[in-house]
Amino acid sequence: MIELTNNPIDANAVLSSVYDHGAGAVVFFLGTTREFTQERQTDSLDYQCYPEMAVKKLEELEAEAREKWPVIGCSIVHRLGRLELGEASVAIAVSTPHRRDAYEASQWIIDRLKQIAPIWKQENWSDGTSQWVHPGMASETETKP
Amino acid sequence: MMIRVKLFAAAREAAGAEQVELEFPTAPTIADVRRLLVERYPALEVVVPHAMFAVNTDYASDQTRLSQDDEIACIPPVSGG
Repeated sequence: MIELTNNPIDANAVLSSVYDHGAGAVVFFLGTTREFTQERQTDSLDYQCYPEMAVKKLEELEAEAREKWPVIGCSIVHRLGRLELGEASVAIAVSTPHRRDAYEASQWIIDRLKQIAPIWKQENWSDGTSQWVHPGMASETETKP
Repeated sequence: MMIRVKLFAAAREAAGAEQVELEFPTAPTIADVRRLLVERYPALEVVVPHAMFAVNTDYASDQTRLSQDDEIACIPPVSGG
């Protein structure tokens, strides 16, 4: 299951999508929206993506993971639009015959996703300002309310 | 040649558009697109040098030469997950 969705992520559906009798392990990762980044307080987050390319890159991540590990089931779901605190922005489920491979594949997928998937988040800070997060950019764009 | 460039996140905000059109006398490279983007939309100067570019939904180098029907996108540093 590779999916971009504007609706809340159904964690159970993602998890059960990789269940298989051949699997001895399922690793499930959920990324959630955090209230504090260093000392700044977040009210909400807005996620935007380049849909055609994001889906393609997530599919490539699954295919690459299958080349590297004996993956049985693999699901990657990313949320878009407005997220409140504590909501899930991304869910990754991987099943393999043995647990070490499931842990490794799951971690590799989220690390690569954060490097290459054309998806962006905007922090809506509690002081009313908003800011697109662009790692490595000297001056990140800030919008006053 | 007319090239359309999709913009996202801070780039979209800086240019005030989801997509912009650039006219070139001959088939441009991504490097040419970077130059003209900043020339036409000076506000993009904070983003474009840090951005990657995609051609037909794959990352492309500055040397990539474009054709009329290519789908070009400016990809600022990503922050998904």
